[in-house]
Amino acid sequence: MTATTLAKGITSGLRAAMENDPKVVLMGEDIGKLGGVFRVTEGLQKDFGEDRVIDTPLAEAGILGTAIGMALRGYRPVVEIQFDGFVYPAFDHIVSQVAKLRARSLGYVSMPIVIRIPFGGGIGAVEHHSESNEAYFAHTAGLRVVACSNPHDAHWMIQQAVATDDPVIFYEPKRRYWDKGEVGDGPDGALGTARVLREGTDATLFAYGPMVKTCLQAAQAADEEGRSLEVIDLRSLSPLDTGAILDSVRKTGRAIVVHEASTFLGLGSEISAMVTEEAFHHLEAPVLRVGGYNVPYPPSRLEEEFLPDLDRVLDAVDRSLAY
Amino acid sequence: MSDNEVAPLETAFGVDHHVTRAQAPDRPAQEGGPEMVQLLNPEGERVAHPELDAIVDDLSDEALRGLYRDLVLVRRFDTEATALQRQGELGLWASLLGQEAAQVGSGRALRRQDYAFPTYREHGVAWCRGVDPVNLLGMFRGVNHGGWDPNEKNFHLYTIIIGAQTLHATGYAMGVQRDGDVGTGDERRDTAVIAYFGDGATSQGDVSEALVFAGVNNSPVVFFCQNNQWAISEPNEKQTRAPLWHRARGFGFPGIRVDGNDVLAVYAVTKQALDAARTGQGPTFIEAFTYRMGAHTTSDDPSKYRVSAEVEVWKHRDPIQRYKRWLTTTGRADVDFFDAVDAEAEELGASVRERCLSMPDPDGSAMFDHVYADEHPVTTRERQWFEQYADSFEGAHR
Repeated sequence: MTATTLAKGITSGLRAAMENDPKVVLMGEDIGKLGGVFRVTEGLQKDFGEDRVIDTPLAEAGILGTAIGMALRGYRPVVEIQFDGFVYPAFDHIVSQVAKLRARSLGYVSMPIVIRIPFGGGIGAVEHHSESNEAYFAHTAGLRVVACSNPHDAHWMIQQAVATDDPVIFYEPKRRYWDKGEVGDGPDGALGTARVLREGTDATLFAYGPMVKTCLQAAQAADEEGRSLEVIDLRSLSPLDTGAILDSVRKTGRAIVVHEASTFLGLGSEISAMVTEEAFHHLEAPVLRVGGYNVPYPPSRLEEEFLPDLDRVLDAVDRSLAY
Repeated sequence: MSDNEVAPLETAFGVDHHVTRAQAPDRPAQEGGPEMVQLLNPEGERVAHPELDAIVDDLSDEALRGLYRDLVLVRRFDTEATALQRQGELGLWASLLGQEAAQVGSGRALRRQDYAFPTYREHGVAWCRGVDPVNLLGMFRGVNHGGWDPNEKNFHLYTIIIGAQTLHATGYAMGVQRDGDVGTGDERRDTAVIAYFGDGATSQGDVSEALVFAGVNNSPVVFFCQNNQWAISEPNEKQTRAPLWHRARGFGFPGIRVDGNDVLAVYAVTKQALDAARTGQGPTFIEAFTYRMGAHTTSDDPSKYRVSAEVEVWKHRDPIQRYKRWLTTTGRADVDFFDAVDAEAEELGASVRERCLSMPDPDGSAMFDHVYADEHPVTTRERQWFEQYADSFEGAHR
C-alpha cells in the first residue's frame, strides 16, 4: 500500500478498468494530451491510444449523445464533464435517454455509461465551477449516483461504476483531489453501500464527497469536548444505503446530514423524510440539515460563508443534543 | 470621454448592414430548384442522370416492383393506424402520408449490418428493416415506450426528443469505426449508420453537434433529413434562412437535395451516400424534399396554418402515382400485379387491426421492470408495496 492522491486514485482505477475490458473508452474535453484540467486522465491516451481516450469537440450534449451511441454499439464510455456547472447542456441526454433507454427497450439495451463530474466548491473558482447538482440526478429513476471522498474509494468505486450495466453519475470532490491516502487491496463493499468511518454514540453525521473530511474533523473536535459522534460516508446517493443509515440512527438517536448543496430538496431532505418514516420512535431530536443556502453559488470571496464548515456542523450537533 | 469609449466603426468603415445582407425570403415556392436530384418527374417520366443512372439500372424488375409494393403497403399500414387512432384504439398517431418514397427509397438502400436511428414517423423505414409493424403501435397505444429489440433489425427505438437521435447515430458510427468495420472491402462487414430527422430538427443544437462530431471523426453516418416543409405549424422559413442541404458544407462534407417523392432518386442518392460511408469517405447530408400530406399527428389541425392550395400542389407530386405510371409505361408491371399488391395491402390492414386490438395491457408491476440492470433497493421496495396494495383489493387482479 502506498499513499496517493484522490485524483490519482481515479487515474489508476480508470487504468485498471481499461486494462480489464477493451470496450471501456474515455470521452471528454481536453482529456487526451492534457490529461484533463485536473489531470485525472493523465498518461492514459499515451498508453491506450486516441481511439480509447477521445478528445471530443467542446459540446457536452454532443459528448453524452455520442456516448449513448457508443454504448448502443457495445462500448462502455466513461465521460468526463469538465466542471459541475457544465453538465447542463448534456442534461437532456442524461435524463431523457441514458436514464430511460433500458426501460424503454424493455431491457433489450443497457446504458453502461459513467459520467464523471468534479463537484463542489472551496477552490476560489469563478462562476459555474463550484456547484453541487447531485440532487437533480438522484431524483431521476434509471441513474445511479455516487460520490467518492478519499483515494481508496476513488480507485475502487470508479471501477465498480464502470463494471455495472447501469449508468452512473460519479461525483469527484474537486477540493479533495490533492488529498493523499492509502489505497487498499479491494473495495469496501459493493457500489450502493455506505461506510461507517468513525463510530460514535451521541449523534450521527451523514456526509458524502467533500463534506466527509469536514465531518471527520468535526467529530474529532467534538471528541475533545467529550462528545461521541458517528460519521457515515454515504458514498451512494442513489440508491441510498437505507439499512446503514437506519442502523446508525437507531443507535445514536440523532441525525445530521451535511452537504454543500442547498438544503432545499437536497439529499438531506430525502434522508430526513426517510428516517422520520422508518425510525421515528428512535429519534431523540429532529433530523437536521447543514448545507448551502438556497441562493446561486456566491462569488468565491463569499464561499466560506456559504459552505458548511466545522463550526456549522458543530452548531448543528449542539442544537441536536440540546433538543 | 474615456479612452476606451466605443467608436462608431460602421460609419468609419462605411459598412451598411442594411444593404449588404440578403433579405430573408418570404414564404418560398416549394420547389426543389435545379439542384434537386430527380430521376422520375411527377408525370412518371424518367429523367436521365449521368452519375446515378447506373445505380437504378442495377435494380432488377423484381426489385423495382418490390419498391412499389413497399410504398403501397406502408401507406396502407399508416392509413389503418390513423383509423385506429380515430376509433380510440391508439392515443396518438404520427402519419407518414406523403413521405413514403423518402422512407422506402432510403430504407431499401440499407444493408443488413447497417443501423438506422429513426424519429417517431419512420414507419416506412421500419418496414424496410423488417420490423413487425404492430411493434410500432405499442407506444401509440400506450402499452410500452417502444419495446422492440433494436439490435434484432438494427433499427433503434423511436426517438421523440427532436434531433437527439442524430447524436446517437454519430456515436454508434464512432463505435463502428473503432470496431474496424469501415473500408475493409467486405460487403457484409463494412457498416454505415443512417440518422433520420426532419426540417424542424435542424434548428436543434443536437443536430449541429452531430454534424460537428461526425465531420471531425469522419464517421460512417448519413444524415437523412426529410424536409416535409412543416414542423407542426411552423414552415421552413421559420427554421432556416438557407437551404438545408447547404449546411453540410460548413461542417466539411457533402450535402445533396433529392426529390423525396421520387423513390428511385432517393434510393440512388442514399445508396451512394451509404457506400461512401462504408468505404471510409465519411458523412453525407441528404435533404429529401417532400411534403407532410397529413397532420403532424392526429392531435394537430393543419387547416389552422396552411392553405389547401398548397396541399393540392403536392398531391400532383404523389410518390406512388408517379412510380406506378413509370412501372406501367415501361412494361415492368401490369394490372394483375397492381391488383395483387392492393389485395395484399387490404390483408395487411386487417391483420394490423386485429393484432392491435388483441395487444394486452401490461401488468401494473411491469413499470418496475427494466428500470435498472442491477438490483436497486428503492425500485424493489416500491414494487413490493405496489403489489401488496394492488392485491389488497377484493377480487384484485393486476
